[in-house]
Amino acid sequence: MEAIISLLVGVLTSCGVYLLLRAQTFSVVLGLTLLSYAVNLFLFASGRLVVGRPPVIGLGPSGYADPLPQALVLTAIVIGFAMTAFVILLALKTRAELGTDQVDGEAGHE
Amino acid sequence: MTLLLVVLLPFLGALGVAWASRLGRPTAILVTLLVVLAPAILILSLLDPLVAGETRIERLTWLPAVGLDIAFRLDGLGLLFAGLILGIGGLVVLYARYYLSERDNLGRLYAYLLLFMGAMLGVVLSENLIQMLMFWELTSLSSFLLIGYWRQREDARRGARMALAMTGAGGLALFGGILLLGRMTGSYDLSVVLASGDLIRAHPLYGPTLLLILLGIFTKSAQFPFHFWLPHAMAAPTPVSSYLHSATMVKAGVFLLARLFPALAGTWEWNYLVTGLGLMTLLTGAVIALFQHDIKGLLAYSTISHLGLITVLFGIGTPLAAVAGVFHIINHATFKAGLFMAAGIIDHETGTRDMRRINGLWRAMPYTGTLAMVAASAMAGVPLFNGFLSKEMFFGEAAAVAGSFWLGWLVPVAATLAGAFAVAYSLRFVHDVFFNGEPVDLPRQPHEPPRWMRVPVEVLVVLCLLVGMAPALTVEPILNLAVGAVLQGPPPAHDLALWHGFTPAVFMSLIAMTGGVLIYAARRPLYAFWERVGDRLDARRGYDRVLNGLIGLAQSLSAWLGKASLQRLLLTFLGSALLLGTAGWLGSGSSLTGPLPLLPLDIVSLAASVIMVGAALATLIWYCQRLLALILLGAVGLMVALIFVIFSAPDLALTQLSVEVVTVILLLLALFFLPQTSRPETQRLRRIRDLVVALFAGLGMSALTWALLTRPYESIAGYFLENSIPGGGGRNVVNVILVDFRGFDTLGEITVLALAGLAIHAMLEHLRLAGQPGDDLGRPWNRDAHPIILASLARLVLPLTLLVAVFILLRGHNLPGGGFIAGLVTAIALILQYLANGVAWTQQRLPGRMQPLIGAGLLIATLVGLASFLLGYPFLTTTFGHFDWPLVGEFELASAMIFDLGVWLVVVGATLMILIHLGLMHDATRETGPGGVPQGMAAGRED
Repeated sequence: MEAIISLLVGVLTSCGVYLLLRAQTFSVVLGLTLLSYAVNLFLFASGRLVVGRPPVIGLGPSGYADPLPQALVLTAIVIGFAMTAFVILLALKTRAELGTDQVDGEAGHE
Repeated sequence: MTLLLVVLLPFLGALGVAWASRLGRPTAILVTLLVVLAPAILILSLLDPLVAGETRIERLTWLPAVGLDIAFRLDGLGLLFAGLILGIGGLVVLYARYYLSERDNLGRLYAYLLLFMGAMLGVVLSENLIQMLMFWELTSLSSFLLIGYWRQREDARRGARMALAMTGAGGLALFGGILLLGRMTGSYDLSVVLASGDLIRAHPLYGPTLLLILLGIFTKSAQFPFHFWLPHAMAAPTPVSSYLHSATMVKAGVFLLARLFPALAGTWEWNYLVTGLGLMTLLTGAVIALFQHDIKGLLAYSTISHLGLITVLFGIGTPLAAVAGVFHIINHATFKAGLFMAAGIIDHETGTRDMRRINGLWRAMPYTGTLAMVAASAMAGVPLFNGFLSKEMFFGEAAAVAGSFWLGWLVPVAATLAGAFAVAYSLRFVHDVFFNGEPVDLPRQPHEPPRWMRVPVEVLVVLCLLVGMAPALTVEPILNLAVGAVLQGPPPAHDLALWHGFTPAVFMSLIAMTGGVLIYAARRPLYAFWERVGDRLDARRGYDRVLNGLIGLAQSLSAWLGKASLQRLLLTFLGSALLLGTAGWLGSGSSLTGPLPLLPLDIVSLAASVIMVGAALATLIWYCQRLLALILLGAVGLMVALIFVIFSAPDLALTQLSVEVVTVILLLLALFFLPQTSRPETQRLRRIRDLVVALFAGLGMSALTWALLTRPYESIAGYFLENSIPGGGGRNVVNVILVDFRGFDTLGEITVLALAGLAIHAMLEHLRLAGQPGDDLGRPWNRDAHPIILASLARLVLPLTLLVAVFILLRGHNLPGGGFIAGLVTAIALILQYLANGVAWTQQRLPGRMQPLIGAGLLIATLVGLASFLLGYPFLTTTFGHFDWPLVGEFELASAMIFDLGVWLVVVGATLMILIHLGLMHDATRETGPGGVPQGMAAGRED
């Protein structure tokens, strides 16, 4: 199971990084989102993989998963959304003011 | 906490004066003088135990684990400096009132001066060294403001910048030195450091520590080769020069030299470094001073020279030399402050400071002339004036060390030579300005200044005379106290008499006097000589070279990193991260796989993973088809949620699920304004390069995750699990961490969320963008923006969804849920209405402005935190209780739930703000099209 999760993090990172390096804003935002999935999974995995023992007292018969990474990732997901929104609006603003969706703001080709 | 008050009063006063100055100059000066007087009275009230030899230490514990306390200390040395700072400060405040013209903003000057005064008091009264450093930096900053007071003047701005660069750089070095000191002694408390002199001197890190601390001291006290900033600081108004750049701030350096004397002095490194650089400074300053045509320039270089003299005395390091050093600090402060004020009067009255034009002022202003002459005599070291006494002691000490170390004979020779130049430039100051023929073409007709402008100078001059003639009656007690604090022991036997018999010092004095007169007599050929060589010796050229070099380096570095190209920057960043990460792993030599047993593979996770990998790769392949890529991205997100479910994280799964919905809606909205497809990139090489980087990044992350997952670890989770119910009153530990244990973090996070929402609102306000008329194949958008079934279903679903949201919010403390998730669910429910029924329909029924909602949320969360202060608990302490609710049964209420309510409000507000504004933009775009019927936002259409 650990190997699968490692693979997932790796694949998400690879796809995210490749899209991050594209020249158009929308692709970069897609890449950022993929990358944030990877990072969230990684942070979550730092609490190790535990099946069927959610950290809710009284639910599990024996032991609980580590609640701390979960709490961190929970806020990371929400803040990640806010940042995605911010970046995509920057992209829109770039488009409005420079007439292009190139990340480096080169004059529009379309 | 008297000392804390002493230091804080000037800071508060600065604000007060800045405000009070609008009520006119008399109010401003009154308030400022009161602010100077109050700390003085407070210190006087502490005088009795101090005289008995007690050191007063006040401490507010802050972070004792890392040695950070707010701690103040009052001993003899601190008292002496506080006296100088407050005494001369008061005189300068009075003087500045008459010096500044009506056009200048007096309140601003006073506010800056008080800021500086507070900072300086902080430096001399700090017990904690890190705290002292903070005030030390504040003196640099306030000095920057004061030098640049006439901000319209280029030389003022340049001088301020230079002073800040030099003293700031020195401050950094000092920081390093103090950290090392703290590491050696295990404490940042001055008392501990002063008592561990032997330990420090024997430590292998003594050398670097000394060097770093001396760098800080020498830059602050304008010692050679860092002296050049001080003359440029003379662009400041003269009261400032008099106060900061002669009497107090530059003395902060020698203060620290005296302060750390017991901890650092007594080694050959100390002797050679401090004495050597002090001698260079003493000579350089004295020689260059003679050749300055600007009165303030002469006084500035003379100040440098005198600071060098004090440094030499501490470098010599004998107890008697320390007495002389402290004594000269007092004397120099009095006569030099007076001289600067006299120079300011002359400048004020004649309109120029050039001694080649100001001549023969004796007839116009004999009274000022007398005052200036007394102070200048003290500067030259003429008997009966205070400068004579300390200079005589200095000569005595210099003669005494002649044989005690290698090249020791240089000390008395240099001292005598510098003494001769001091006599010469003092003579020049008096003779050139007040005699020496007629004034040349003065901008103004000089006459005596207003009465109260002279008073500060009179006070200082009288002090020079009193100390000079009756030292034992005037200065002896405070001198003994201060020296006792410097040496951390009883002061040595010394005799402040005018005449000690025919000692070597007397002969050196005689030589210096005669030599000085001779040098002044030969001034014309000397000036001519200086005209030729002087410019080459200006240390500022070195400074400019270093600075230009640094700027050039930074420019070429940023040019190399890529001229504002995001792609290149990202590539550099990723490449270095990969390189460093790999190097770190290879360097550690540990194996990739840890000892932890592996979990068995189950079919659900395998299926989810296959779908996720497939969707991610498909996103990658079809990223140019933007809509398709977006849908695939959503699939990836849903699978991530599934993974969270499998691995015991229901809260995360719920969050991911709801965030996924909002993210996809958001990106869909944005896509309307962007091209529907990306142009595939043509550069094959570039794609291959990016692919390689991406592969390696993924590989690295996989390896890292694998290594992490197979290793055991120690968690602090046990604490949270155990205390969740007794401490936080909730069963859902994740939620209790968010709203209780780490509530402060969450408060920060919702603030970020609120800021993001507001920033987006601000960006959108004037944004005008044309949407796409149809899809890429040229087909127009669907005309039926609001399918009737969707619309009616959405209305039906709304109350149900809101009910679910409230349920999730309320149960969050004990079961998966909470403010974040409930907020997202609420936002989704409302957005669905916009989607299904159109903006106009929804806007009539819902408030459009989300700012109050966000504000209320933040306010609630903060107030809940503050409420615990009222009950005497730390910020964000929570409480809870169980109540019996008829019919429902036992019901738990926790104050953390109110905090969660705040979270909920902020999440709803921020999410809606982002999406609704984007949606409104659609509407605005579409109103221009024919039809004019309000239509939905997602299915935007341009007919």
